[in-house]
Amino acid sequence: MGAIEKQRHILDFTLSSLGRRKGKNIALVLVYTFVIFLLASVLFLTDALKKEASLILQDSPDITVQRLVAGRQDLIPLHYSDAISQIRGVQSVEPRLWGYYYDDLSGANYTLMVNPELNDHGGEIIIGTGVSRRNAPGRQDQALGKKDVIPFKTYEGSVVALTVRGLLPSASELVSADLVLLSATDFRKIFPFAQDQATDLVLKVRNSKELATIAAKIIQLHPDCRPIVREDILRTYDAVFDWRGGATLMVLSGVFFAFIILAWDKATGLSAEEKREIGILKAIGWETSDILLMKFWEGAAVSLTAFFMGIFLAYLHIFLTSPLLFAPFLKGWSVLYPHFRLTPAINGYQIAVLFFLTVIPYTVVTIVPSWRSATIDPDSVMRM
Amino acid sequence: MIVQRKSDIFFSSLAVGILLMCLIFLDAAVSRHLDRDLVLERREIVKVLALTDLCLFTEARYTRHPSMADLHTPFQDHPLALEHFPSGAIMTIPPHLKPQAQR
Repeated sequence: MGAIEKQRHILDFTLSSLGRRKGKNIALVLVYTFVIFLLASVLFLTDALKKEASLILQDSPDITVQRLVAGRQDLIPLHYSDAISQIRGVQSVEPRLWGYYYDDLSGANYTLMVNPELNDHGGEIIIGTGVSRRNAPGRQDQALGKKDVIPFKTYEGSVVALTVRGLLPSASELVSADLVLLSATDFRKIFPFAQDQATDLVLKVRNSKELATIAAKIIQLHPDCRPIVREDILRTYDAVFDWRGGATLMVLSGVFFAFIILAWDKATGLSAEEKREIGILKAIGWETSDILLMKFWEGAAVSLTAFFMGIFLAYLHIFLTSPLLFAPFLKGWSVLYPHFRLTPAINGYQIAVLFFLTVIPYTVVTIVPSWRSATIDPDSVMRM
Repeated sequence: MIVQRKSDIFFSSLAVGILLMCLIFLDAAVSRHLDRDLVLERREIVKVLALTDLCLFTEARYTRHPSMADLHTPFQDHPLALEHFPSGAIMTIPPHLKPQAQR
């Protein structure tokens, strides 16, 4: 009998043996699939968000300069830009006027931002699609559109009614869902910003290799300022969605320890029926190596089935059905959240991580107790 | 009558599993290709409006713009306030806010 034929006979026997304990093994595969599904879902979601952030935010400002007062961000005087624009390598310095607005009617937080193109269109705003969905009082089933009016409460208590001039493209919802673009005049009606103040300054730099040097010079010129270079922004999203840190790690470790318990239960011993089976096989002439092979195939059959099913279901969950299970976790207390579809970002590294975290340990722990039983005298094993 | 062996069924299902994995990678590659315009559009918005962050969590200002936040905003209510926004619990601290990264 050839080596391949021998393996197939052992595999045939293993699968029949698994079939005899159908209920237990189906339950095991389902739980195992769920564990891999959760691990893979977290991994796919965090990596896809990281990838999306790294692609989209490549064109974010080279340097953003904030002013800190008593450890908190404060408004920056516009004259700060005079000295900063003189630094060699700085191409342009633009003030940004933006802030957060809590809308009483919808309970949502908006980001209000001045767009210079609207400065000639006072009283008009361009809104993100998230804002259009939330800000339709009494018309929840209908989104806001052009010519609709949104009232904003000013810092003085009066109300400014701004007309929707247009909507930002829904494709950009991942970066613009909560944006309300307006003119500087309207912005200053709502928030008490003096004419010579801005939220922060954004810099364009000729050579991206000089970013760190320019950032250091800005601190020398204005020690109360904090420059944030583009790499900081990109690194932020790398860290925020790092599956090896934060609450993601807590969720993952919960799942992983559930899996360890499952594997531990398997490793600490075989059932009496399984031990008797090993004893009978030894008695009829099976070698210890054949029994280990049988157990290897058993572990491989269960873990590979769960592995493929878990990964496939996780892919469907994250990229084709939007992350339903994680939605409450991601939305948190937000009233306004973007509707977006993530571009799949999967690679061999993720699959290898999942494989080595799940399939390999399970297969190993299936073999170890069998080896212990297979090396005992068959007579004593059958009498157990 | 030809009786199908269990190992044949196992190897067939293994092949289906591998095929599904290949399909996943293929679908991911095709989606990346099809989404190129979408990514370019999002990049353009970021460039034109000088945006710095993804709009993922709008519940608190330091989770809406994590890269623009300072260390103290999560504890804005008082120095011993506990972080209470769910998204603040998922996110780790941006690297440039860590003490060793402070300029």
